[in-house]
Amino acid sequence: MQFGLNEEQQMIVATTRAFVENELFPHEMEVERTGHLRMDLVREIQKKAIEAGLYAANMPSDVGGAGLDTLSWLLYERELGRANYALHWTCVARPSNILLAGTDEQRQKYLYPCIRGEKWDCLAMTEPGAGSDLRGMTASARREGTDWVLNGTKHFISHADIADFAIVFMASGEEETPRGRKKLITAFFVDKGTPGFTVREGYRNVSHRGYTNAVLEFDNCRLPESAILGEVHKGFEVANTWLGATRLQVAATCLGRADRALQHAIRYAAERRQFGQQIGKFQGVSFKLADMAMELKAAELLTWEAAWRFDQGSVTEADMSMAKLKATEVLAMIADEAIQIHGGMGLMDDLPLERIWRDARVERIWEGTSEIQRHIISRQLLREHGA
Amino acid sequence: MKVLVPVKRVIDYNVKVRVKADGSGVDLANVKMSMNPFDEIAVEEAIRLKEKGVATEVVVVSIGVKQSQETLRTALAMGADRAILIEAAADVHTDIEPLAVAKLLAGVVKEEAPGIVLAGKQAIDNDMNATGQMLAALLGWSQATFASELAVEGDKATVTREVDGGLQTISVALPAVVTVDLRLNEPRYASLPNIMKAKSKPLATKTPADYGVDVSPRLTVVKTTEPAGRKAGVKVGSVDELIAKLKDEAGVI
Repeated sequence: MQFGLNEEQQMIVATTRAFVENELFPHEMEVERTGHLRMDLVREIQKKAIEAGLYAANMPSDVGGAGLDTLSWLLYERELGRANYALHWTCVARPSNILLAGTDEQRQKYLYPCIRGEKWDCLAMTEPGAGSDLRGMTASARREGTDWVLNGTKHFISHADIADFAIVFMASGEEETPRGRKKLITAFFVDKGTPGFTVREGYRNVSHRGYTNAVLEFDNCRLPESAILGEVHKGFEVANTWLGATRLQVAATCLGRADRALQHAIRYAAERRQFGQQIGKFQGVSFKLADMAMELKAAELLTWEAAWRFDQGSVTEADMSMAKLKATEVLAMIADEAIQIHGGMGLMDDLPLERIWRDARVERIWEGTSEIQRHIISRQLLREHGA
Repeated sequence: MKVLVPVKRVIDYNVKVRVKADGSGVDLANVKMSMNPFDEIAVEEAIRLKEKGVATEVVVVSIGVKQSQETLRTALAMGADRAILIEAAADVHTDIEPLAVAKLLAGVVKEEAPGIVLAGKQAIDNDMNATGQMLAALLGWSQATFASELAVEGDKATVTREVDGGLQTISVALPAVVTVDLRLNEPRYASLPNIMKAKSKPLATKTPADYGVDVSPRLTVVKTTEPAGRKAGVKVGSVDELIAKLKDEAGVI
């Protein structure tokens, strides 16, 4: 294994970082203070992101993406992750990889417009009664002739307000397994405007201002067979095949924000003087910085190694869970300590620290809570011993 | 018409520069290095000339350590077609002096026969501001320095120069050496697809001996010092006191 970045990776980092600092940072305060991302601003930045080839760069080159290996893609994610989430996700969108699972017709209708910046996607799995326990979902799809009829409610659906369509996972039946009855899940494309499909405003929440969530309601929403993504009853298989690396994506964006907070803390500790010296010279502060830097490096190494394994085809669920778990928890620690080093100033929204601290909270919950990640890791440890 | 753009690998403009303990120069070990910002503007202008159909090929050249390859790749990722690296030093602290650089560039010009050499007005590390001028002299070409606007038409270039207190517009016969200033353009981002393509673009490696140039230094650095630290300010009690101090102590009014 080699740890250095190659020339291309260095350039990807340089270009993405320059874009984030020049095009996204200047608008952060507006989004944070208003909690709203203006669509005219989105279009302006989106155009530049497309010119720079940063838009939808997660996609393979044959469909119009940048064709990056997993490590290069995550380096790009880390740089984007430094900025306000709404800004980087909306203006430099990374359409879900699951769109690659579509048929040619579905690719024409959904994948390519997302890559060109003409449409936005969103994924709907979570329900009020089904969070970590996804199989417990009650929203359902029922076959009626050649059609499917959807009923039920999804919530916490990120950016569904601006999305043009949703990829919705529905309980479509049940099967007997050695461990009891299990629900069968099917994934559907549902366009905005389809009769029986309503998107309602979601909840105000602590993290990622300007990045909204919504409630999706299905009331006898009728879809043709062609709206199915993948195969009938194979929704989880589609998700597992195409959404495997999203935990690494979360890890990488957290690394970017953690580094931003750490850099603020280092600069402040070197500048701020109390009791006649720079506060960084007090061990109470300097040891914090040492721990923050060490933990960040540990999280980075876990993430980059998992990325490398992903491309080798040897990655395990535990590898990706460890990276996600470590990066999100390190971000929380670094954000908290960076504020502690800044004292009262760290809480003011003139600095990005208070929002990095707020934003850190959701990272330990979405894409699998820290507890689910620990479950995945320990399950892998114990399974070979028959437990 | 071919455009030749020399690019230099310099300490990144964001890095806080530290002088080496022995005062022989600036510490460059494990420091972030980037393309000289003025050279980046020159590369951008060359690519724009190509996009306008004025230039047919953009060739970038760098003289220095092996790692200057990275700088050349950046230029290729921005859109240059081909690169030449003249490996003239082994230690990152070795700075090749303007006259040697100009002689090497003159050798490259003889081989490549560009219609225009677009260079940064100076490198931000040693601020010599001499290479472009020396190159023009060695070649016997026209020169236009500190360009803030450039238009090429036929066998002439019209260049607006940033001079003290204003602008001067001159017309030079081609081939010419044009050195560029800060306001000429805003360099583009090296786009991700172009970064991926850069690897497959040709990069030739040469040595000073290939051009028969001796790059050994003729200047001796006697001492390098950091700028004096800023002294603490003073609080004044009234506007009158402020005016008195500005007049008598600072001598600015």
